[in-house]
Amino acid sequence: MALLKCENVYMSYDSVTAVNGVSFEVEQGDFLCIVGENGTGKSTLLKGILGLQKIARGAVSFNGISNNDIGYLPQRTEVQKDFPAAVREVVISGRLSCGRKLFYTPADRKIANQNMKMLNIDGIKHKAFNELSGGQQQRVLLARALCSTQKLLLLDEPTTGLDPFATADMYSIISHLNKHHGVTVIMVTHDVRSSVLYANKILSMEHDGDFFGTVEEYKKTAAARLILGGDCDA
Amino acid sequence: MLDILVQMFSYGFMVRAIIVGVLVALCAALLGITLVLKRYSMIGDGLSHVGFGALCVALAMNVAPLAVSVPVVVVAAFLLLRISENSKIKGDAAIALISSASLAIGVLVTSVTTGLNSDVNGYMFGSILAMSDADVIVSIVLSVFVLTLYAVFYNKIFAVTFDESFARATGTRTGVYNTMIALLTAITIVIGMRMMGAMLISSLVIFPALTAMRVCKTFKSVVITAAIDSVVCFFTGLCISFAFSLPAGASVVAVNTAAFLLFSVFGMIKKKIS
Repeated sequence: MALLKCENVYMSYDSVTAVNGVSFEVEQGDFLCIVGENGTGKSTLLKGILGLQKIARGAVSFNGISNNDIGYLPQRTEVQKDFPAAVREVVISGRLSCGRKLFYTPADRKIANQNMKMLNIDGIKHKAFNELSGGQQQRVLLARALCSTQKLLLLDEPTTGLDPFATADMYSIISHLNKHHGVTVIMVTHDVRSSVLYANKILSMEHDGDFFGTVEEYKKTAAARLILGGDCDA
Repeated sequence: MLDILVQMFSYGFMVRAIIVGVLVALCAALLGITLVLKRYSMIGDGLSHVGFGALCVALAMNVAPLAVSVPVVVVAAFLLLRISENSKIKGDAAIALISSASLAIGVLVTSVTTGLNSDVNGYMFGSILAMSDADVIVSIVLSVFVLTLYAVFYNKIFAVTFDESFARATGTRTGVYNTMIALLTAITIVIGMRMMGAMLISSLVIFPALTAMRVCKTFKSVVITAAIDSVVCFFTGLCISFAFSLPAGASVVAVNTAAFLLFSVFGMIKKKIS
């Protein structure tokens, strides 16, 4: 049974159709990368899955997980640039996801600490979030996402604005979570090369039609050949 | 110094002004943090102008000022928040429209009825004599309400302010919290407006948060510092106003400005050292 199933999903944004009949399935333990040009509705689709934006037609169905089991790493916002917040405060706020919770319990603090240790940010937990480097900020936001779930992570362009080292670092963390902690990952990205390295499934959203399948199948498509050039056969 | 304080507390109107002012300053500082961080600073200013219009209309109709201005400002707060969320009209432009329009209505209504008299001047720039015993009770009840809600929902308010999409995606009903902030801001502004003046009340909302953010880097420390700063500045401002017979609202804003500059310098030094 698929963990998440999208069937023929249509979404519009400011009365322009952004997502045009997308279908795909994600199984437990999958690493799905959603790739595609700008303006093909990748982020919009992610918001549709999360329930942040209305779906015009089609269906998104979860199996065995509820809305509370989703961890989300949104794109960083303008507001966060001068927001006074300690790393610890940001990470633990992920624990509020369980609906009616208003205060943190010792168990919440423990989970937050574990996640900060796992992502190697417990040394900077009293530092200000807005004074960290881009890569460190993404680690903090990832730790927060892990505080709300260990089951399904949705990441919206997590490597945008990061230098190559931080990007590689981010991919290896995500891949580690996927392989060793059994976290199912859905990631929107521009980076096709890294996607085929780390993911096992690809959803490619293009203006002239979508592709969904395994990485092996994707490499054979014309679009993939164009982007990846000769080295995809290697 | 001490005899000025003793003298201050011997006047009933000063005691009322201190009670209402300290409570309003506290509430405004807490709410202001969220508003400033969410880029809604101008909402406070817009709402106070709406409040001015409502007060003038209430005066003309000869009804209790709070009974008219509270509901009107609350409705305006909802409208402004909605418009800010709706990208078609930009939030800042909408606030400018609504605030100048209500100011105009207020001035027109008074000029055809009572004329621009000292009451209107009091609304514009505040009057220390404006607080009645009923106002004191209303403001105590409302500030207890604001402070309780803030304490209970502190963690949620942090989450919604820091990252609304994350909060919403993980099941927090962000609309409820945004509405709550708008509602509490509206109430705080209406209560504080008559003492501080429609033109000056928004400073109580904006200054403490910005002052605290010059030096503090965590949310909790900003909240605590802003609250203390706001109360201290209000009280100092009121003492200065009493001692030198200056307008209360303007004195409080002047002290807030001084505190802001002081913290800015301190923040710069702190940054240089580290």
